[in-house]
Amino acid sequence: MFGTWGRRELQGLFWQVLVVGIALAVVGFLWSNTVTNLSARRITTGFAFLGREAGMPIADSLLAYNPRDSYLWAFVVGVANTLRVAVIGIVLATVLGTLIGISRLSANWLLSRLAAVYVETLRDIPLLLQLLFWYVLMQALPAARAAWRPVEGVFLSNRGLILPAIPIGPLQLWVLATAVLGCAVFYVVRRRLVARQMRDGKPRPAWPFALGLIVVVPAALSLLLRVPWTIEWPELRGFNFVGGLTLAPEYFALLIALVTYTSAFIAEIVRSGIQSVPRGQWDAANALGLRRSFMLRQIILPQALRVIVPPMTSQYLNLTKNSSLAVAIGYQDVVSIANTTLNQTGQAIEAIALIMAVFLTISLSISFFMNWYNARIALVER
Amino acid sequence: MTVIADIPDAPRAARRPQTGNPVSRWLRTNLFSSIPNGILSIVLLAILAKAAFSFAQWGIANAVWLTPVNDSSACRAVRGVGACWAIIPEKYRFILFGTYPFDEQWRPALSVLLFIALFYLSTRRAFWRRELIYLWIGALALISVLMWGGVLGLSYVSQDRWGGLPVTLILATFGLAFGFPLGILVALGRRSKLPAIRSLSVLYVELIRGVPLVSLLFMASVMFPLFMPSGFNIDKLLRAQIAIILFAGAYLAEVVRGGLQAVPRGQYEAAEALGLSYWRKHRLIVLPQAIRHVIPPLVNTFIAFFKDTSLVLIIGIFDLLTTAKTAIIDPAWQQFSVEVYIFVAAIYFVFCFAMSRYSRSLEATRGR
Repeated sequence: MFGTWGRRELQGLFWQVLVVGIALAVVGFLWSNTVTNLSARRITTGFAFLGREAGMPIADSLLAYNPRDSYLWAFVVGVANTLRVAVIGIVLATVLGTLIGISRLSANWLLSRLAAVYVETLRDIPLLLQLLFWYVLMQALPAARAAWRPVEGVFLSNRGLILPAIPIGPLQLWVLATAVLGCAVFYVVRRRLVARQMRDGKPRPAWPFALGLIVVVPAALSLLLRVPWTIEWPELRGFNFVGGLTLAPEYFALLIALVTYTSAFIAEIVRSGIQSVPRGQWDAANALGLRRSFMLRQIILPQALRVIVPPMTSQYLNLTKNSSLAVAIGYQDVVSIANTTLNQTGQAIEAIALIMAVFLTISLSISFFMNWYNARIALVER
Repeated sequence: MTVIADIPDAPRAARRPQTGNPVSRWLRTNLFSSIPNGILSIVLLAILAKAAFSFAQWGIANAVWLTPVNDSSACRAVRGVGACWAIIPEKYRFILFGTYPFDEQWRPALSVLLFIALFYLSTRRAFWRRELIYLWIGALALISVLMWGGVLGLSYVSQDRWGGLPVTLILATFGLAFGFPLGILVALGRRSKLPAIRSLSVLYVELIRGVPLVSLLFMASVMFPLFMPSGFNIDKLLRAQIAIILFAGAYLAEVVRGGLQAVPRGQYEAAEALGLSYWRKHRLIVLPQAIRHVIPPLVNTFIAFFKDTSLVLIIGIFDLLTTAKTAIIDPAWQQFSVEVYIFVAAIYFVFCFAMSRYSRSLEATRGR
């Protein structure tokens, strides 16, 4: 039967059978132990526990939650908390990191040195240590009664950061949805305009469309529907604040730590991206007499982005995974809630499986989006 | 936009006439090359001066440097206006070595020195030979003897009394020492032509890299007892170490894979033409070249592990960060955590900065 097979194929088959056999044996051994241990502890495997009452308090949540809700809902709340930190963190870290990366290339010696010190210091200290440090600083802030007020309506105290808020009801949501739709339409319109400019070389300004679609139409709708845009100012009543938007100290500390730490890595990526653009490109743009901002926007940035985007993806993934350090300061993200669930119910395998599922989903979505973006900006060659 | 985003590598000095004494010339080219630049410099200088002044006031002028043993009253008197550095001489033995028996603490101290010597020798190009492997095995065995004792007249110290800096170094170094061979095997597996082995390797790498280290550590601390036959249990530190090795293996595998891809095809073909077997081909020809290619990213990965070992705090293992956090639970010193964190941050910084400098210098001399 093996007559036509060479020695090489047989060897290959042997190794595969050996390795897969060992892997299966290990998994089987662990599995049988787990089944025995679980039945000894009277824990039934499966996800039925998700329907049971969670009974754990969640202090700071985006979604409505009370301890009588199910484990499933507690999990969803945890995912929302993770996303709340990750999404805002990614946006802020990108902005801060880009500014610092550009500052490192500044002609101003002082600015570039300061940026370098920032990057070196933050990169070489563990994130968890920085997180604990920020959290301790948060707790050392004055009490609510003596809160700092850097700007009118903004309070910084050991209760966290309190900002004035604009209450968003269904009416306001409609107006915002129109603005978002306007952005989408503007994107299509701009592509058309650029395509036509490519054909006849005549520049067509896009800003009137932007103004109309993103500002005028929503504003008109707002006036038409008489949408009330009130600002809710926070007020000190007794020992705490009423109204406004509260960023709890745990959330605020986690956000600062993640943003500053990740921005140091992003700064290095941005710097090396800009430096990777060949000198001749700058010289050519200068020789054409292009304005500095136009040159950066149209010549340098598109080329730098090709180098910047792939490593940026892994930084975004890192930030998302690092948000699980929240458990150290008591911000209830999905890992923290899964851990509490695990301690309460003993459903270890299910809890870990859910964590893995959540993070794999988030990781895959980020990679998918970044790969799409990367493909869009990639160099198109003949 | 003239202020930021300077042209990289532009000869800055060429833009200004070379007049005046060197100091004013330097100031003019580097700080006051244009009006917005000058304004920026002045604003930055003002902010920097203010920050340096208030830090000096807190950290030096108003600080308390020494207090009588276990008496924090002097520190509490300056709370809010001055730093309490006195907490460091008070607690440094605990922060550095945890609950290791006090009279035997020369042993972890010596281990730390051995680790540093080992790292230093590994960075010397002259030592990049096969003998380095024996050096590592010897040094790690010696460190184990020092830490555990029980032989050569050293008293036995169980590993639940270990703590502080040696634990951080052990977790990171053993993570590398075992994770690296694992990473090489997985990297080879991922490039193998055998589908079953390739998909197993891909599964391992992607699963580990897809989840946060925290959840792996939880798994090691909570689920490990479930996985093992009842009655069989191993120490918490060892369980965390296994999690870190598995974690390191996946990340190092990706680094090594990068190196394997950089080895030209001709090298593989030449090795095959000589009739070398798969293992001899890789051991003698391919891997030495591949690893040389990826030494800078390997150092960077090691820096990341070194920092990531601090995560074991979450499952209650006494590494450097956990001992620091525990030191300030003492009610008398509770309010001075910032000083302790700065001290510990400085230790981490020294290690990481030295390694990143080394990695930078390697990259600069690459290709020479």
